[in-house]
Amino acid sequence: MPLTLTPNIPDPDGFYDELLGAHAQLSKDESDALNARLILTLANHIGDREVLRAAIEAAK
Amino acid sequence: MVAVRYETTFQLYPYEKVAAQDAAPQRHPVVIVGGGPVGLAIALDLGRKGTPALVLDDHDGAGTGSKAICFAKRTLDIAHRLGAGKPMLDKGVVWNVGRVFRAEDPLFEFNLLPETGHRNPAFINLQQPYFEKFLAKSINAAQSEGAPIELRGRNQVTAIDPKDDHVAVTVDTPDGPYQLEADYLIACDGARSPTRDMLGLDFDGRVFEDNFLIADVRMKADFPTERWFWFEPPFEGAGQSALLHKQPDDVWRIDFQLGWDIDRKAELDPANIRKRVDAMLSSQTGTVPDYELVWTSIYTFQCRRMRDFRHGRVFFAGDSAHQVSPFGARGANSGMQDAENIAWKLDAVLKGKAPEALLDTYAHERGYGADENILNSSRATDFMTPKSEISKIFRNAVLDLAGKHAFARPLVNSGRLSVPCVYDDFPLFGPDALNGPAVTRPGAACTDAPVGEGFLLDHLNDGFQIFAIGTTAPKPSQIEGFDVSVFYVTDPSDDLRKRYLGDAAQAVYLIRPDQHVVARWPDYDASAVTAALKNAIGKG
Repeated sequence: MPLTLTPNIPDPDGFYDELLGAHAQLSKDESDALNARLILTLANHIGDREVLRAAIEAAK
Repeated sequence: MVAVRYETTFQLYPYEKVAAQDAAPQRHPVVIVGGGPVGLAIALDLGRKGTPALVLDDHDGAGTGSKAICFAKRTLDIAHRLGAGKPMLDKGVVWNVGRVFRAEDPLFEFNLLPETGHRNPAFINLQQPYFEKFLAKSINAAQSEGAPIELRGRNQVTAIDPKDDHVAVTVDTPDGPYQLEADYLIACDGARSPTRDMLGLDFDGRVFEDNFLIADVRMKADFPTERWFWFEPPFEGAGQSALLHKQPDDVWRIDFQLGWDIDRKAELDPANIRKRVDAMLSSQTGTVPDYELVWTSIYTFQCRRMRDFRHGRVFFAGDSAHQVSPFGARGANSGMQDAENIAWKLDAVLKGKAPEALLDTYAHERGYGADENILNSSRATDFMTPKSEISKIFRNAVLDLAGKHAFARPLVNSGRLSVPCVYDDFPLFGPDALNGPAVTRPGAACTDAPVGEGFLLDHLNDGFQIFAIGTTAPKPSQIEGFDVSVFYVTDPSDDLRKRYLGDAAQAVYLIRPDQHVVARWPDYDASAVTAALKNAIGKG
């Protein structure tokens, strides 16, 4: 399955709010750590190495 | 004079003056410099095939210290083929469970859950001097049956002069120097290889550098036989990681990763070592058991390799050719794979059965093995000592998640334990005409499986052979001057079927003398086997 690069998140504003909400009250170090844990958790969910590789490229 | 650089634990090849020291230089087919695990294994392998091997070592036995302690299944399989496996297995400590800690907290545990149906376990822990002693004993046994192996202790190679048709070697002994000549010389003289220096050769790459403090302690403690590994150990001054691992004789290996910039003298002060060891041992039990410091050492390691393991008539094997960090037990274990690779090739070339170019494939195949080991070892090192702020953030994120979620545990890297590489698509292998299991594809080392009351590897030997399952048994034959034996199984066990047949109903494997699969087919075809064998000895 190719990497999805078209809009795919229902209620994008709600998601964005939730993402920032998770970082509320966190220090820079804590936020960095949360982001890293989140990336790893999402990456595991995707699992497909081709998709992950494409995502890394797309994010550059 | 031959200087004593270290103490020996076992005297294995005491110095004895030989007549050759007072005579004109004698020519030897193979001279091996260094009587460590790799040098002894090559000598034993060659000698068992009837090819003379002379080992020169500047000491007279196994050096003190546990050094390499983790011996992998493939190494035990090789030792088994050489007749040295049983005492290793009897003496070694088998372990399967590992625990990973981060600071005070247990993160998770793993079980190697070794596959059933193998003679040898996934790993044993055994002090290196024992490993060398058992190889030397097997050499003595082979010698008494006529194997042309000679071990000369306190024979220090001081000069090497490569010529077109031989290598001229100057050797110093307690009775003074003498000269000899070698058709081929194999340098198995360790990470600081004097042979390499004498030839003006060096390493490529210095991927990583660090210092480790090793303490072997003897204690009658009720610790389980497990591998305990700490990230960010909570013990004062313990460094970035620490390891506790059991060896035979009530000895425990303790490693502390100290970093690069250290005061070696202060770190080796027994009082300082004891402080660290006390803190580690009490961290899980609350008390410090009585223990004795058996051996301590600080060592430095690098991940690096020589660009080429062959220089004319001189070959490099083991640590002299490549080094890795200790995570993953890829040092001595890869050296044993070098040994099995070069021995049969030298034997075939010296007997005139294979072209000289076959020897180039040693450097090609084992260079690939070294690259794979360096890659694994470098990745483990990157995880254990993150090099940048962001790599540390991700490393810590993995450790944070690993305590809670199983998915993150495979990302935790405290060393990927040694498995033999597969020579996929290398020129000496193929064809793969069987739609068979990946684990036994051409290029792979033969994996064990139950056969009758015993195991498959008991039935494989030191030569080229055909292993046939379920088909018509081919007859033993002579191909290109090699006696090709046949091992035939009519009714394979479930494990044998799974590992060698998969969905296929029958199979024919051609196996080379180091017990790697050359090629496989669904049916026996004499001309196909001949072509594959010719290719496997460099006549393709």
